[in-house]
Amino acid sequence: MSVKLNTREVGGVTVVDVEGRITLGEGSSALRDLIKDLVSKGQIKVLLNLSEVNYIDSSGIGELVSGFTNVANAGGAMKLLGLTKRVKDLLQITKLYTVFDVHEEEKHALASF
Amino acid sequence: MDNAQILLDHDYPSTLDSVDAAEAEILKAAQSAGLDEDDEHRIGMAVRECMVNAVVHGNRYNRNKFVHVGVFKQDDRFTIRITDQGEGFEVQEVPDPLQEGNLLRHSGRGLFLMGAFMDEVKVRKAQPMGTEVVLVKVLAPPQ
Repeated sequence: MSVKLNTREVGGVTVVDVEGRITLGEGSSALRDLIKDLVSKGQIKVLLNLSEVNYIDSSGIGELVSGFTNVANAGGAMKLLGLTKRVKDLLQITKLYTVFDVHEEEKHALASF
Repeated sequence: MDNAQILLDHDYPSTLDSVDAAEAEILKAAQSAGLDEDDEHRIGMAVRECMVNAVVHGNRYNRNKFVHVGVFKQDDRFTIRITDQGEGFEVQEVPDPLQEGNLLRHSGRGLFLMGAFMDEVKVRKAQPMGTEVVLVKVLAPPQ
């Protein structure tokens, strides 16, 4: 399985539920296209729910970083929710854990925007 | 190589499907060598990064070029050798992805992640062309 992306609006925040693997190819390009689309529509409060993602490669990390900077450049914020242990480890190894605003509870994440 | 047990010896075409195929075969080999689930995950990550580099940056998806993958176990070492037929690169010219100014770069973390997930990583020029990457995981002694 590659990746499944579902979006929902909660109090002005676009929550993107991600499921599967974010890796080079279909997975990373789908995420890139979705975030570009959200930014173009002015939906620039984005919460990426990664609780069903157990595998991200360096290309996937690249897409998270690009999404983060693209949304920020548009005046918004992209935050992360529900990291699995392996994804959290990966972000710590790459020193990106402190770059992203990471939350464990959706209600706290939503309130932080 | 004396007493080395060859677990995989295969040429893969330069496609992204080969990344998945090599990862799956190498993980089977890791399982047969007795590596645990966490080590399998780390090996899978490192192999994926290495195969992507070989297919995308090394062979540049050239259908006339192949990526050779060799996997063997010798004593307490599980070794993966991945060789492309590209133009090669200088390791020292790869920017450090942990440097402040590089943290938000889109790419450039592959080689770093191989080092983070494996016990040894060696990169050298292959003959007559290409790059050979050797990834080693040291097996835990039996309990």
